[in-house]
Amino acid sequence: MTITRTATIISVLCASMGLRSASAADITGTVTYKGTPPAEKEIDKSAGEGCTTHGAKGTTHHYFVGANGEFGNVTIYLEGQAGKNLSTGASAPPVVLDQKDCEYTPVILAVQTGQKLKVKNSDPTTHNVHVQPAEGSGNKGANPIQPANSPDLSLSFDKPEMFVKVACDVHNWMFAWVSVFDHPYFAVSAKDGTFKISNVPAGKYTIVAEHRKAGKATQQIEVKDGGPNKVEFVMPAEAAKSKT
Amino acid sequence: MSHRPRHIFAVLTALAALVLIGLGGLVTSKEAGLAVPDWPTSFGYNMFFLPISKWVGGIFYEHTHRLVASGVGLMTTILALWLYGRNSRLLMRWAGLSLFTVGAVAGFIAPKHWSDALVLAAAGLAAFGASFVWPMCEPAPKWLRRLGLAAFFAVILQGVLGGVRVVWLKDQIGIFHAALAQIFFVLLCAIALFTSRRWARLNASQDENRNRATELPPGLGVRSRSIGSALDGWARKLKRQRTGALQDAVALSDSALDSARLLVVGTTLLIFVQLLLGATMRHQHAGLAIPDFPLAYGKLWPAIDVDSVAHYNSQRIETTAVNPITATQIALQMAHRAMAVLISIAVAVCVWTTRRRLGSSHPAGRLALVWLSLLVLQVVLGAATIWSNKAADIATAHVVIGALSLVLGTYVSIFSWARCRLAGEFSTVRKNAGESPGRAGHPALPSPRPVPAS
Ligand code: HEM
Ligand SMILES: [Cu+2]
Repeated sequence: MTITRTATIISVLCASMGLRSASAADITGTVTYKGTPPAEKEIDKSAGEGCTTHGAKGTTHHYFVGANGEFGNVTIYLEGQAGKNLSTGASAPPVVLDQKDCEYTPVILAVQTGQKLKVKNSDPTTHNVHVQPAEGSGNKGANPIQPANSPDLSLSFDKPEMFVKVACDVHNWMFAWVSVFDHPYFAVSAKDGTFKISNVPAGKYTIVAEHRKAGKATQQIEVKDGGPNKVEFVMPAEAAKSKT
Repeated sequence: MSHRPRHIFAVLTALAALVLIGLGGLVTSKEAGLAVPDWPTSFGYNMFFLPISKWVGGIFYEHTHRLVASGVGLMTTILALWLYGRNSRLLMRWAGLSLFTVGAVAGFIAPKHWSDALVLAAAGLAAFGASFVWPMCEPAPKWLRRLGLAAFFAVILQGVLGGVRVVWLKDQIGIFHAALAQIFFVLLCAIALFTSRRWARLNASQDENRNRATELPPGLGVRSRSIGSALDGWARKLKRQRTGALQDAVALSDSALDSARLLVVGTTLLIFVQLLLGATMRHQHAGLAIPDFPLAYGKLWPAIDVDSVAHYNSQRIETTAVNPITATQIALQMAHRAMAVLISIAVAVCVWTTRRRLGSSHPAGRLALVWLSLLVLQVVLGAATIWSNKAADIATAHVVIGALSLVLGTYVSIFSWARCRLAGEFSTVRKNAGESPGRAGHPALPSPRPVPAS
C-alpha cells in the first residue's frame, strides 16, 4: 500500500519533470482540409477607436486553410485521458493570447487545467475579456476590463472543456476559443497543418482532431518508443468518409 | 383625471420608454450587453460621471442605454407621484430630506465616493424643494394611482434585472428583462390613455348613457369600473358586461360581441407570447438560426437532425461572437414564423369582427385597422431581419414595432371591453342608419363636452 503510493508519487513527480523519456515518444502529423471551405467574411473595425492603425478592414478566421489544404487551428488530443489527473498545468509555461489591432491572436488556443492563460493588450484602447464557459462545465465565467497599457491578465480553468468562448463586447468582432484539457497530450495545428504532441507514453490511443466547424476526425494509434508515430487527418469528417 | 399637463407627461414618458426599448434592442443587436462589465458603477465610475472619451464601440450602446434608462426611471417616478397628486408632497418632502441627509453624510464619511454622494444629495434636495410647489392637482382615482405605482415598481425591477444580468453574466436574464420592458411599456401607454381628455369624455358620455338607463347617481365610478374591467380577470368582466348590456337594452347579439372581445384579448396575448419567443431567440446569442426566408434551409420545414445541424454550422461564417446554432433554436425560429402567420390571421379577423360587432366608427374598430397595419409592417421587418442577415437597425426596428403592436392590441382590448355599454348606443345607431354608422350619426362620441379640469 505505502510502497505503491510512494511509487505513484515518484512516477508522477518524474512525469511532471519530463523525465519519462525512457518510455515516451512524440506523435507528429498533419491535418488536411479536403474541398473548399466557406469564404471568410470581412469585418469592419472602424467603429473601434485605436483599432485601425493597420486599416479598418479585417476578416473572420474560422477556417485556416492553406493553398494545398493545410488545415491550421485544428485542436488535436488523445481521448480517454480525462479524469486521470495527468495535468501538469500548474508547472507548464503560460499560453499567451494577444489583443492587437482589435483582433485576437491566436483565435484557437488550448491549455491544461491550472495552466496560466496570459492575456495581453497591445492596443491603445480598452478591451473587456469576456470568458464564457458552458453552463454546468464547472469553469467560472469572468469579464475583466483591460485598458491600454495595463498589465497582462492571468486566467486559468479548473475543468476540461472544449472551445470556451472568449470575446470582447466593446468590439463585437473579437472572439477566440480556448479548449481546456486535464492532461498534457494535445496540440493545435500550425499554419502548415502540422502538429506535435510530445512525451506520450507508449501504448494504444484514440487520437482526435476537432474543429469548431469542420467537426471531429478520429483515428487509432499505437505509440512506440523511438518509432515514427505519424498521423494524417483529413477533414471535414464528411469528406474523409466519402473518400473511403 | 384629464389633467392636461399630467397627460402630456404620461405620453412623453411612454415615448421615452419606446426609445429605451429601441436602445435596449440595439444593445442586444450589437452584442454589446457586457461592454460595461460592472453595475451599478460603470468602469468603477458613478454612471453619470463616466468620461465621454470612454463611450466607444459597444460601450457607447450599453452606456447610453443605462443613461436613458435612468431618465425613464426618473420620469416614471414623477408620473407616479403626479398621479397621487398633492398627497404625494409629504412623501416627497421626507424622502427628499432623507436622501439629502444620506448623501451629505456619505460625502463626509466616504469622500472617495463623492460622486455617488453628490447624486443622492442633489436628488434629495430637488425632491425636497419641489415638494413645496408640486404636485398641485387632485389625486387620480385609486385604480389609476395603482397603475402608476405598478409602473414605478416595474421600472425599478427592470433596472435591477438589467444590472443583475451584467453582474451575474447570465444571458437568460436578458429574456426577462426584454419581457418586462414590454409589460412596462404597455403600462405606461395605458396610463397615457386613461389620463387623456378623450378617455374622460368617452366615459362621461358613457356615464350619462348608463345613468339614463339605470337611474344611477352620476359619477358612480363607472370609469374606474370600466377600466377595471379592461384589466381584471375575464370572468368578472363577462358578468358585468352582460348586466351592463342588459341594462342598456341593446338589440345586439351578446355572445357574438363576447367572442369578438375575447378574440381581441386572446390575440393580444398571442402577441405577447410571440414577443417572448423573439426575446428568447435574441438572447441565445446565436445569430440567425435560419438564414433564409420564406423557405428554411431551402425547405418548407428544415431538417434538424444532428448531422444537418452540424452541416449548417460548418457553413456559417459568424462575424460576431455568437454561439453555434442548435436544433432547438431552429425549431424556435420556425415556431416564431408559424406564430406570425397565426397572429396575422387573428388580427385580420379581429379587424373584421370588431368593425362588424361594434361599428367602424367605434374606437376599437378604428384602432384595429392601425393594429393590422402595424402587424403587416412587423412581418415585413421580420423578413427583412433575415434578408439583411440581422442588420442591427432592422432587428431593432422589429423589436420596437413588436412593442407597438402589443400596445395596439391592448388598446383595442380596452376599448372593446370598456365601452361595452356604449356598444348599445352604436348598435341603435346602426339600426337606424343602416350598416355603417357614420360619425355624424353618432350622438355621444364627437360632442366635445366641456370637461371640468381637475
Ligand atoms: C427603464 C428600464 C429599462 C427598459 C424599458 C429596458 C429595455 C430593454 C430592452 C427592450 C432590451 C432589448 C431586449 C431584446 O433584445 O429583446 C434591453 C436590453 C438590455 N438592457 Fe435594458 N432596459 C431598461 C433598463 C436597463 C438598465 C438599468 C440596465 C443596466 C445595466 C439595462 C441593461 C441591458 C442590457 C445589458 C441589455 C442587453 C441584454 C443582452 O444583450 O443580453 N437595461 N433593455
Ligand atoms: Cu476589444
